[in-house]
Amino acid sequence: MSSAKKAWVVLADGQVLEGQSFGACGTSIGEIVFNTGMTGYQEVLTDPSYYGQIVTQTYPLIGNYGINNDDMESASCHVKGYIVREWCDEPSNFRVAMNIDQYLKKQNIIAVSGIDTRRLTKTLRENGVMNGAVTTEYSPEGKDALLQEIRTFAVRDAVKAVSCEKPFRAEAEHPSLEVVLMDFGHKRNITRSLVSRGCNVTVVPCDATAEEILAGRPDGVMLSNGPGDPAENVEIIAEIAKLLRSGVPVFGICLGHQLTALAAGGRTAKLKYGHRGANQPVKDLKLGRTYITSQNHGYAVVGESLDPAEAVISHVNANDGTVEGVEYLHIPCFTVQFHPEASAGPRDTSYLFDRFVDMMNAYHKEAKQDA
Amino acid sequence: MPKREDIRKVLVIGSGPIDIGQAAEFDYAGTQACRALKEEGLEVVLINSNPATIMTDKAMADKIYIEPLVPEVVKKIIRIERPDSILPTLGGQTGLNLAMELAEEGFLEEMGVKLLGANPETIKKAEDRQAFKDTMLAIGEPCIPSKVVEDIDSALAFAEEIGYPVIVRPAFTLGGTGGGIAYDKEQLQEIGENGLRLSPITQVLIEKCISGWKEIEYEVIRDGRGNVITVCNMENIDPVGIHTGDSIVVAPTQTLTDRECQMLRTAALNIITELKIEGGCNVQFALYPNSFEYAVIEVNPRVSRSSALASKATGYPIAKVAAKIAVGYCLDEIPNAVTGKTCACFEPALDYCVVKFPRWPFDKFVYAEKTLGTQMKATGEVMAIGQSFELAMMKAVSSIELGLETLTLKSLESKTEEEIVELLHVTDDQRIFVVYEALKRGVSSDVIFEITKIDKWFLEKFRKLAHMELALAGGALDEETYLAAKKMGFLDKTITRLTGKEIKNPLLASYAMVDTCAAEFTAETPYFYSTFGGENEASEYIAHHSDPNKKKVIVFGSGPIRIGQGIEFDYCCVHCAWALKEKGLEAVITNNNPETVSTDFDTGDRLYFDPLNPEYVKALIETEKPWGVVVQFGGQTAIKLTKSLKSMGVRILGTSADAIDEAEDRERFDALLERCRIPRPQGHTVFTAEEAKAAAADVGYPVLLRPSYVLGGQNMIIAYNDADVDEYMAIITSHELENPVLVDKYMMGIEAEVDAICDGEDYLIPGIMEHIERAGIHSGDSISVYPAQHMSQRNRDTIVEYTARLARELKIVGLMNIQYVIYSGEVYIIEVNPRSSRTVPYISKVTGVPMVDLATRCMLGEKLRDMGYGTGLYPEADYVAVKVPVFSFAKLHDVDTQLGPEMKSTGEVLGVAKTFPEAMYKGLVAAGYKMKHEGGVLITVRDADKHDIVPIADKLSRLGFTLYATGGTALRLNKNMIPTNMVRKIHEGHPHIIDLIESGKIDYMISTSKKGRIPQRDSVKVRRKAVERSIPCLTAIDTAAVLVDCLMMNKKVEEIDVVDITKI
Repeated sequence: MSSAKKAWVVLADGQVLEGQSFGACGTSIGEIVFNTGMTGYQEVLTDPSYYGQIVTQTYPLIGNYGINNDDMESASCHVKGYIVREWCDEPSNFRVAMNIDQYLKKQNIIAVSGIDTRRLTKTLRENGVMNGAVTTEYSPEGKDALLQEIRTFAVRDAVKAVSCEKPFRAEAEHPSLEVVLMDFGHKRNITRSLVSRGCNVTVVPCDATAEEILAGRPDGVMLSNGPGDPAENVEIIAEIAKLLRSGVPVFGICLGHQLTALAAGGRTAKLKYGHRGANQPVKDLKLGRTYITSQNHGYAVVGESLDPAEAVISHVNANDGTVEGVEYLHIPCFTVQFHPEASAGPRDTSYLFDRFVDMMNAYHKEAKQDA
Repeated sequence: MPKREDIRKVLVIGSGPIDIGQAAEFDYAGTQACRALKEEGLEVVLINSNPATIMTDKAMADKIYIEPLVPEVVKKIIRIERPDSILPTLGGQTGLNLAMELAEEGFLEEMGVKLLGANPETIKKAEDRQAFKDTMLAIGEPCIPSKVVEDIDSALAFAEEIGYPVIVRPAFTLGGTGGGIAYDKEQLQEIGENGLRLSPITQVLIEKCISGWKEIEYEVIRDGRGNVITVCNMENIDPVGIHTGDSIVVAPTQTLTDRECQMLRTAALNIITELKIEGGCNVQFALYPNSFEYAVIEVNPRVSRSSALASKATGYPIAKVAAKIAVGYCLDEIPNAVTGKTCACFEPALDYCVVKFPRWPFDKFVYAEKTLGTQMKATGEVMAIGQSFELAMMKAVSSIELGLETLTLKSLESKTEEEIVELLHVTDDQRIFVVYEALKRGVSSDVIFEITKIDKWFLEKFRKLAHMELALAGGALDEETYLAAKKMGFLDKTITRLTGKEIKNPLLASYAMVDTCAAEFTAETPYFYSTFGGENEASEYIAHHSDPNKKKVIVFGSGPIRIGQGIEFDYCCVHCAWALKEKGLEAVITNNNPETVSTDFDTGDRLYFDPLNPEYVKALIETEKPWGVVVQFGGQTAIKLTKSLKSMGVRILGTSADAIDEAEDRERFDALLERCRIPRPQGHTVFTAEEAKAAAADVGYPVLLRPSYVLGGQNMIIAYNDADVDEYMAIITSHELENPVLVDKYMMGIEAEVDAICDGEDYLIPGIMEHIERAGIHSGDSISVYPAQHMSQRNRDTIVEYTARLARELKIVGLMNIQYVIYSGEVYIIEVNPRSSRTVPYISKVTGVPMVDLATRCMLGEKLRDMGYGTGLYPEADYVAVKVPVFSFAKLHDVDTQLGPEMKSTGEVLGVAKTFPEAMYKGLVAAGYKMKHEGGVLITVRDADKHDIVPIADKLSRLGFTLYATGGTALRLNKNMIPTNMVRKIHEGHPHIIDLIESGKIDYMISTSKKGRIPQRDSVKVRRKAVERSIPCLTAIDTAAVLVDCLMMNKKVEEIDVVDITKI
């Protein structure tokens, strides 16, 4: 690897870190974030929530088990760039389809290795998430122009960019429930988690209206994860508000959780450097239990902004006390900030899907009786 | 859940002596637990028979009993102390078994003692084979399929069901005789029938063979509310088939996808939840490399060696958290001491790779069977941290202290490629080096994988290291190559050696922090490891947190636990660090042993987990810029650094480097003795076999042969003739001989030993110890008695006087250890060690003289006369203490159990009592002697012992034992009117001595015949048979004599008086 082409990470604060190129060549600008998972890089790369972001992995050895065809969380890679300390050219695992370099080249993702990722992480921790670029074309002369571009970069219309264009269905073997999944950039394991519990899932684009969604008389609506600033999605929030009033069970994950809070009159705020990894402890206040969760978010719901008559905080982050889950008091709706579908990360909170299924079953029974 | 209010007084059971498979990690765990309990204001009562531990220190518990770990004694202590609870999960298998025994017989309930952390039912579920299987089945976790069968058709049918290959394990045959792996029907037919025939109950276990599967471990913690987390997962480089304690292990796993990790993690959580463990637990899995199929191999419902490793690898203090959980806390109520910001209910994120490498005793036991399998053989281990696997691996290899700089093993270089490939089939301590050699020769990873089943990911990493070594050997050294080599862990010394080029701008290591969270949060705990080419977080930390008004001192640790350099040295390092802190200095510790208290992150002010070699030490000195360093507590590992530290211009506290050299360099030492007018057995230094034989002829046989600059009598023998000298010199010269070999006249007298604290002028001897066995048996293997029981006042005075002379002449500042032999009424000196010794912890405890603390203060310039303990010989204590060595012979096949000048013990226990016989009795019981008062005794002694055996045999006979002896011995005894049955030697035909031992009629054995080593010798075979049958075998006449005297006391274990040593 000593003959590898040079590549650079350029940070909005003017720091330039030199490393080696892997993946595609060129220049890409995004918001630099770090992920602390020790495995699961393939899931990270294909998680649409990373849209607009350049991801750095704190674990130094990336690509050890290569890329396989099964663990894709979406059809393609959504990160804007990728930064590692060392990537593995000779991966080993029985499912290896290609190495990470080949995959990133295919997906046209610019990646840099040989970076002191610990130092970069500390920079992001101290200064908060920062815009930056990964590039194979750096020159000191062009630095100012590049910095200009970096500093004006913002993630916009992220949800639209990663949502599906047309509805599609995933069917269970022995279906008992119908769920509509609003796709804000959903991870496939949400669908898998529902299908394995006997739900037929209709995935609809983010611009689907409440009327369209309810027309199929679903037993429940699932609001997916997704990228970007939640408050930007004004129209979607309005549609969610309608869904909440309809009485249909709603379960929101990550962005879905934030959008629901916004629809219920709450606020969201950007965290300094977010939670991205597979080891975030979350306390379920009702059960008194703490679970290890998979997370990927830069924004959080502001607890005080919720009307206590309408919603209670059900989960909090055991490290920093931020809101991790909300339960709505008068409607069949609950949402969580973390990822119960895991992939990558622990599966400890998959019980939440069971809770959603119970909720839908109750609703389904009632709806049948009404009919 | 906050702390339980019904717990006020807790009994903690330690793990006893260091044994293979149960070592220093339990001192680390026990120490953490005791501190955690005391922090909660609980009264802690401790029992442990091992005196060389931090946990048995006065400050660790309120009441401390250094007593035999047997049910009778534990009961006695419970009756005296009346604790309300018992914490059994931190004292290894010993502690757990004891507690379970007391629980099952209803004693704990009767005494109103609660069992914390586990209950007997769940322990049983984890420990009992069948109960465990049933439990796993009930929660849907797969175990290794197996079935007990009693005929060959059932065996074949079951094998058909589970698929080949299968392992056949005959019931009740020793060492698995008659078992094997069957790859098809024909083979099973053969092996199975053979196994059934050999099994006395015609029963074999047919088990699915999973050797070659990946071995993965999870460290799991659960609290009383049901919160569960995994601290760490680990992957064994050596696949299933080699004990994890003998495997090279990496953390976290490297070759598993997230899906595989989560699958096993979920399984581990389900298991601990089902077992309702409150505390730590280790779960081992076998994972089939080509699918998601897995099996649960084993569950340890307690803290373990793996949990100590996981704690050090992640910074997460498992034992401490387990202790807090045991008294009622929940994970989310316990703060994470590393970050200070987060709670214990989280899973550490690593941003580095950890490699653990075992340390085997085969350099000592050259004839031991070296094959690795399901029985652990390593005595210790090292851990290394790196930001790449290559760096961590190279650090680990340099830390095991086998003289290796890379994975190249010299002895393999001369072998042909075919021989190397053939050797790949052998799973022994050298296999990883064979793999490396194969890679260097260009053998494909497919071939190596096929044979070894070591995952190709690791093989490719080793290949990268091999390629770098070859490139360097080819002379390549541009800046880029140099940087790459450094990042892979090649030392400058190695790079220069390989390339033949000087390094113009050496790159010194900088340091990164172990923070449990991959830099996500700022961490408060100063735990560092070296890296190349990154920022220096240690410097940053020092700039922000270190008090510029405090002097900084680095304490060098003792590296991996091995025979001859055990936990005692860690005890000394820890005490030195504490004393420095106490005195207002900053103590910095550097060490590479994950099992120890010294590498707990809050023992010193800062911890550097790194190799102890000159290059890493230099980087550390540059970063820390210490006021001084301490080398005299870390055994030979630290002492060896003296020369390079001196050349770096560092202030070595205490005894000067020159004095250390004077004590260790034979010629200078002789001159010193001359000046001091102290006699010593005559001797010479030699380099070759010819010189050695000439020297032996000069002083006269028998002679003692040993290399200079060693510890633990490494490669030390008594030679009786030229053939012995030749055999010895051939072995020792197969390694690189940097220092000469010493040839000394061997004097068979009484050995005595002193440790002294010196301030450069005055000295303090806490006590004189006397060995039970006459000279010729290594001091570490001798039973040692304090205070000396049979020594004349004149000899005592001489020992004190000689010690004083040496202390003054060498200007010792700190500790020194001197060994004497009293021969024909005169005192001779055997050796001087200008450092701490293995007797320091026990003497400190029984005399109440805090030796390391005082020595440290001396090193800082204080004077003994101002410390309140006086000078000269300290008054004798009211108690007698007997230190008895403990061996791990059952775990090391083909090692002769006969004691000699080469140390063989792995640990020790202490018996403390008002009188010598009582102390001796306790010591023997603690060391595992059952003290049976009836049965048979087999005696076979060499001619030299035939005189001394008579009174011993007489006493045994009077006690009612049936005596058996081989020809000459029997004749001698019968002549002395001691009825003895004669038994045939092996070569005299059946039924012979082995048949007798097999018959179960023998309860003790006294065998001093024929010096062994070579496993084929009859005497060695007989002694090994005793080990197999768990028959106590005494190989020195003196040991036999004291044992018999103890039996004469006719005491029962229940009758011994226990001593709370905090009251001494």
